[in-house]
Amino acid sequence: MSAFLQVQAIKKQWSHDVTVGPITLDIARGEIVALLGPSGSGKTTMLRLLAGFETPDAGGGRIVVEGEDVTSRPPARRRFGMVFQHYALFPHLDVGENVAFGLRGDPDVGRKTSEALRLVDLAGFERRKVQELSGGQQQRVALARALAPEPRVLLLDEPLSNLDPALRERTRRELRQLIKRVGITTVFVTHEQDEAFDLGDRVAVLSAGRLEQAGPPDELYERPASLFVATFVGRANVFRGPAARALCGGADPGDSPIVVRPERLRFTDAGLAGVVRERRYTGATAFYLVESDSGERFEVLAEPDAAKVGDRVYVQAERVIRFTENGR
Amino acid sequence: MSRRTAQILGVGLALLLAWLVLFPILVVAGEAADRTALSAFFGRGGEWAALWASLWISLVSVALAAAIGVPLAFLFEWFDFPGRKTLGSLVALPVVLPPLVGVIAFLFLYGESGFIARAVQRLFGMQQAPWRLQGPAAILLVHAYSMYVYFYLFTRAGLAKLDVSMLEASEALGADRWTTIRRVVLPLVRPSLVGAAILTFMTSLGSFSAPYIFGGGFRVMTTQIVATKLNGDLPLAMVETLALAVVAVAGLLLLRRTEGDDILVALGKGIAPRPRPIRRAGVRALATAAGWGFAVLLLLPHLTLALVSLVPYGAWTTQILPPVLSFENYRRLLSEAERLRPLANSLWMAAVSTAIAVALALAAGWLIVRRRVAVRRAIEGLLALPWALPGTVFAIALAMTFSVHAPPLRWVLVGTAAILPLAYLVRALPLTGRALLAGYRQLDPALEEAAASLGAGRWRTLARVTLPQLRPGLAAGASLAFVAALGDIVASIVLYTYETRPISIEILSSLRLSETGVAAAFGVVLMVVSALVLGIGARR
Repeated sequence: MSAFLQVQAIKKQWSHDVTVGPITLDIARGEIVALLGPSGSGKTTMLRLLAGFETPDAGGGRIVVEGEDVTSRPPARRRFGMVFQHYALFPHLDVGENVAFGLRGDPDVGRKTSEALRLVDLAGFERRKVQELSGGQQQRVALARALAPEPRVLLLDEPLSNLDPALRERTRRELRQLIKRVGITTVFVTHEQDEAFDLGDRVAVLSAGRLEQAGPPDELYERPASLFVATFVGRANVFRGPAARALCGGADPGDSPIVVRPERLRFTDAGLAGVVRERRYTGATAFYLVESDSGERFEVLAEPDAAKVGDRVYVQAERVIRFTENGR
Repeated sequence: MSRRTAQILGVGLALLLAWLVLFPILVVAGEAADRTALSAFFGRGGEWAALWASLWISLVSVALAAAIGVPLAFLFEWFDFPGRKTLGSLVALPVVLPPLVGVIAFLFLYGESGFIARAVQRLFGMQQAPWRLQGPAAILLVHAYSMYVYFYLFTRAGLAKLDVSMLEASEALGADRWTTIRRVVLPLVRPSLVGAAILTFMTSLGSFSAPYIFGGGFRVMTTQIVATKLNGDLPLAMVETLALAVVAVAGLLLLRRTEGDDILVALGKGIAPRPRPIRRAGVRALATAAGWGFAVLLLLPHLTLALVSLVPYGAWTTQILPPVLSFENYRRLLSEAERLRPLANSLWMAAVSTAIAVALALAAGWLIVRRRVAVRRAIEGLLALPWALPGTVFAIALAMTFSVHAPPLRWVLVGTAAILPLAYLVRALPLTGRALLAGYRQLDPALEEAAASLGAGRWRTLARVTLPQLRPGLAAGASLAFVAALGDIVASIVLYTYETRPISIEILSSLRLSETGVAAAFGVVLMVVSALVLGIGARR
């Protein structure tokens, strides 16, 4: 069986040196996929291509939903719901009118509007003005508005970036529960790894317009496909040359760099030698910044009393991440 | 819609606008290249005198308007005194007087047979009127009265954007109040001041009513052009028109260069200084009295107009105040079909030209801001062009262009009902264009995308999302365009026919027949409709 939402070699060239794609990605029905990448990586372009606000280059791939090619279908007839970064609630309409906007011609407008609002915990908010709502409430109205017409796919552009940090973590959990309850296939854009890991079933990492890797969070973290993914997702120490060889023990990594997560480095009696330069205490554990004899600086995560600043230490790696062909 | 279609529409709109606003000017330029007319223009002293008069009248108008408007703006923005709020909005009242109406109000008030002159004459038992309201001084008086509002409004807006911490920083660095004003405040509000100066300069350069009524033997270029045209010397009128256009563009470019950086203002993001109460009781009383006195002075023309409109024909001869008051003039105005016609003409012609100007501006806004078509700069420039040239220039250019049958570019429209709405449309384009472009630029594109993602098609998005969001700018631009068309005299006097004569022409002919009451009644109607429309347009 083919995937519910298929992105096939989609490509858009902005200028001669800025191109997004070609990107290929299959998304299963009901799956939540995060598009993660730094700014300028093409994740927003990707989302807008899915929504239909941008059109791919001629011959630049296809977007298929339930076996139906929607590549050249305008946004209005694509039946994809979208929540915008700043919500884009219509300021001249009240909450109910906003939610009912996509339900035109539906005989059940009233019932569906209040149902959508109940879904996001805003039952009875129909006559409120959007300007009077808090940021979190506005976000939920935008979600209710996108979900009310029962779209095939839900698209979210930086869904939590407009909320204050204290609210963000709770909203993230609630948002995931809600999407899973509705069961809608969802693609969202974020530049924050925590958000991608927490909210997404699968994370697609983009860099410079290309898809670096797509997979479940633990796969990205433990088996990154490239040096970029390894360093962009989670904390990473990059070693090359003699230091890399020292940490690898017997197996020679050659010229390619290796990556070791801070929690996979351990203080022992022998191994890569260095001096503790800084200690950052976080409570349960501490980060130690170590400078090796050959001048590399790296982080070790260990017990708070494992070492002191100025101590001479030896470090061994429990698990090394290697790449083929110079980081790719 | 594909990118290609948008590009083609953009080119189409640019061509249409070029035909409307640029082609007539080129026709004038072509016609002006006439050796006899050129030598007549350069040889006659009267031509140079008129051009020079236009220039110096405009420059002095700017100086007078600034001298009244800028101090008033500081007074109302920085100081608090009893009645500040009420007076602050009254001060902008002269804008609701269309140029011609303002001029006849001045005539009834300060003219040789106006209230003031009669009162002075009676008081001192003079044989004749103590003065005549004529010549450059009269023109400047009217200009100062109607144009200081630009300086007042622009300067207040500039001062309101000022960051109080900048003034405090200046004081903390040891500058006294005058040094602060000179070295900090004035440089920061300079863009506002230059904006007001440009507006005043362009308005008085194009001013027609005041020199037409009060000029007497004193000619400025606008009245000179119309006189030459009426004398039938068309080639000379073309040369004069071109000369006025050149002065206007040169003046605009020179003033623009003094504008400075807008960035200076954008720097201040803090809170504007709060108005401080005037502490010394004597000064406060003086400011209050001066404020109210000034308000009365401002309202006198409006009141005069209302009073004169109530005086029946021939009922007022030598008395200071009219002995009989009645609604006779209004009754005649509304019951006689021939008198009702100019009113109906003005209303429908203003409405049609405004509607088309709004539609064109909407299309331009969408093509320029949303589709970023290749010719967007050309469209924007063409929309603004009529603003840079005096109304007389366009009136003459349209009269010239559309009196010849040479399809597809030239048709005989002069003498038909189409020519005046077309002329009003040209004048309306900069007003609606600027308002709607600004509105479109502030409009978050995500709102339209949200509508599309919710299944709304192009027209539903336009009707339910875009237009409601653009409403404030649309209402402001449309109301300004409508009022300008309603009160127009410059284009009307050149292009009207008896059948399509607008209110302003009827006011002039009533004056000529000494039916001052009817003229004033028309003026009141014009003033009230203008005030209503502007009031509706300014509502948020």
